[in-house]
Amino acid sequence: MLAVDQGTTSTRSIVFDRSGRMVAVRQREHRQWFPRPGWVEHDPMEVWANTQRTAAQALNDVAAAAGEVVALGIANQRETTVVWEKATGRPVTRAIVWQDTRTADLVTGLTARPDAGIVAERSGMDIAGYFAGPRLRWVLDHVPRARERAERGELLFGTMETWLVWNLTGGPDGGVHVTDVTNASRTSLMDVRTCAWDPDLLDFFGVPAALLPEIRPSVGQLGMATALSPAIPITGALGDQQAALFGQACFAPGEAKCTYGTGSFLLQNTGTELVRTRSGSISTVAYQLAGEPVHYALEGSVAVAGALVQWLRDGLGLIGTAPEVETLARTVEDNGGCYVVPAFSGLLAPHWRGEARGMVAGLTSYVTKGHLARAVLEATGWQTRDVVQAMAADSGLPLPALRVDGGMTTNNLLMQFVADVLDVPVVRPMVGETVSLGAAYAAGLAVGLWADVEALRRNWHRSAQWSPVPERAAQLSAEYPTWERAVALSIAWGAPYP
Amino acid sequence: MPGTVQSIERAAAILQVVAGSGGTLGVTDIAAAVGLPKTTAHSLLRTLLAVGFVEQDREGRYALGAGLLRLGSNHLDVNELRSRASNWADALASRSGQAVRLAALVEDRVVVVHHVFRPDDSVQVLDVGTTLPADRTALGRVLAAFAPHRSTRGAQDVARAELPAVRSQGYAVECGGFEAATGGVAAPVRGSTGLVVAAMGIAGPVDEVCDRRGAARPRLVGMVTEAAHAVSRELGWRG
Repeated sequence: MLAVDQGTTSTRSIVFDRSGRMVAVRQREHRQWFPRPGWVEHDPMEVWANTQRTAAQALNDVAAAAGEVVALGIANQRETTVVWEKATGRPVTRAIVWQDTRTADLVTGLTARPDAGIVAERSGMDIAGYFAGPRLRWVLDHVPRARERAERGELLFGTMETWLVWNLTGGPDGGVHVTDVTNASRTSLMDVRTCAWDPDLLDFFGVPAALLPEIRPSVGQLGMATALSPAIPITGALGDQQAALFGQACFAPGEAKCTYGTGSFLLQNTGTELVRTRSGSISTVAYQLAGEPVHYALEGSVAVAGALVQWLRDGLGLIGTAPEVETLARTVEDNGGCYVVPAFSGLLAPHWRGEARGMVAGLTSYVTKGHLARAVLEATGWQTRDVVQAMAADSGLPLPALRVDGGMTTNNLLMQFVADVLDVPVVRPMVGETVSLGAAYAAGLAVGLWADVEALRRNWHRSAQWSPVPERAAQLSAEYPTWERAVALSIAWGAPYP
Repeated sequence: MPGTVQSIERAAAILQVVAGSGGTLGVTDIAAAVGLPKTTAHSLLRTLLAVGFVEQDREGRYALGAGLLRLGSNHLDVNELRSRASNWADALASRSGQAVRLAALVEDRVVVVHHVFRPDDSVQVLDVGTTLPADRTALGRVLAAFAPHRSTRGAQDVARAELPAVRSQGYAVECGGFEAATGGVAAPVRGSTGLVVAAMGIAGPVDEVCDRRGAARPRLVGMVTEAAHAVSRELGWRG
C-alpha cells in the first residue's frame, strides 16, 4: 500500500505492508508563503512535484514491481483551497491554506445575512473562515476574471486530495475531478445528510456548480494514478484528521482519537446518524465505504497544544527542547495554583471565541518555572476535557477510552494527566503514523487487501496505556471549575471595553 | 612535562583563561594570554566550541559553554531521549513482538525511561520511572559495561566478570535472571560524542527470547542492535 500524506508543512509518501507496518518513508517540505499578515499560502505546483518525487522514491525504496503495490490512498490537510485551469493545470493563484484568515470580513458579512441560518442547517457547521467555501468565494471575487471563467467551466476547484488525484490521473489529459466526502464536508457547500452539493448553499456562497468536483466515498475507486510508475489505482482519500480516526481503528460509535500536535484534534465516531450539535463541537463526515452509509463524527479542534510548549521554549527560553518540559514540570508536585489559557489567537472548540486572549492566572511569588511548565501541560489536558464534555453533551455517547497520537504522546506526565482529567484510559497505538496508516487502510480496504474494518481492528495494537487514578480523577473534577474560570477570564480580557 | 599531550594542555589553559576572565574574551586576547599564535588558538577554540565547552556570542567572543556545566551530571535529558527514540522503539516492538524498554543511569540507578508494550494487547502496565537491578537485567548490564558508574561498579563480582564479554560483543543477554520466566537482550545507545547514554532492549518470555542453551536468538539480537544503532544515529552519533 502506498499512502500519501499531504500535510501543512510537508508531503510524505509511505509504503505499508499487509500488517500495517511501515516499510518505506519519504518526505519533502514545501515552502510556506506569508504574503500579508494573516495570509498563508502554498504553491500547488510545488506540492504536486513533491508528491511525485516522494512517491517515486518510496516505491523505489521497496523496489516495487508492477502489481506489488496494490493501491494508493491519500490523506490531506483539510480546507486548503486550490483553483486551477482545466485546460492547462495551472493554478490561478497559490493555494489558500486552512490557517489563512483573509476571509474574516467576508464571513462577518455572510453571517449577518438574514438567510445565514441555512449554512448550519444544511452543512452541519456554522459559517466560519476555517472552511473551504469562503476561500473559494474569495478567489472568485479577487482573481481577475475568475468568476466568469468558472461559470464557463474553464476552472476547477478542489481541496488538496482533489488537486492530487486530478494530476495523478492525467491532469489536463483526462484527469479525474473528484473529492472524497470527508473533504467535501469541510467546504460548507455540501448537505451533510445527503452528501451532495447543495444548490442553496452554492447560491448563498455565490459559487458556480461548474467548478466543483464530483463527491465520492472515502473508500472506493477514484482513478488510476498513471503519473506513477508502475501505475497504481487510487482507492482511498480522507481529510487528515478523519484519516487518523480511520488509522486508529475507531469504527464503532463512541470510539475516539485525539491527535496532539501543534494543536489538538479530537474526533469521536458517532455512527451513521448525524448528531446535531449545540455544545460547541462540530458534526462532520468520518468516512464512507463505497455502497455503504456515511459514518459521522463529532470534532473538537483546539488551536494551541504543542504550540504552548514551543512558546515555553522559544518565547520564554525556559527549556532547550520541547520534551524537556516534562523534566521541568517534574521538579514540582503540582501547578502551584497556576493556570495558563493559551488563547493566542482566540479559542476554538468548544468556546469559539476569536476575541479571547492568553492568560496566566493565579500567579503568586510561590510559583516557579516548574509550576508554569506543569500549567502549560495541564492546559492541553483541561482543553481536552472541555472538548470531551461538549461532545458528551451533544452525542450522549460514553467515551470508552481515548486513543492518542502525535508528538506529545511521548510525554508521560501529560498523558497521565489526560487520563486523570477525563477519567478514562488513554491508549497509544503501536503505529504512531495514524494519518498515513488511515489512508493506506482506506485504499487497501477498497481493493480487498483487508476483508473488512474488523480485519483492520485486529492490526491495531497498544504500545502504551495510561489508566486514570481514581483519587486523582476526583481531585481534578473538583478543580475543573477553577480552569473554567480562567477560560472565562481570558474571554473577558479579549472583549471590547464597554 | 614528558608524556603529556600538548593540545590538551593548551585547551586546558584556554579554558582557565576564559573562566578567569569572568566574562567573554576575543580570540586575540585568548591567544595572547596563553602565548599561542592566533591561528592555533582559533583551531583549539573551534574544537572546544564543537564539544560545547565554550560558547560564542554574537560578536564572536568566547565564554564557558553549557557542556562544562553538564560534566558530571546526566548530559542527555531522559524525556528528550524518549521523544527521539520513540519511533524506533515502536518499530522494534512491532518487529520483534516483544516489549521494548530504554534505560538510563539517573543518579546512580538504572531507571526505565521508555517502555513500549508487547504488541499482543495483553494487560500491561507502563513502568517508566522504575529502577532495575544493574546486574540481573540485560539493560542494567549494558549500562554497567559501557557507562561505568559508582553503583554499577559495585555490582556483584560474578556479573562484573561478564562485562568484558558484553563490551566485546556489543550487547547483553539475560535468560531468566531478574525474573525467572523473562529473557532480555539489550544494546548500548550512544550520544553525539560516542558516550553511551542509554541502553535499549527487548524483554519477553524466556523461551521466545533465548534458546535452550541460554543464548539469545540471533534474529532478536540483530533487531535490538540495529534499533539501538538507529537511535544513536538519531542522537547524532556518526560512529
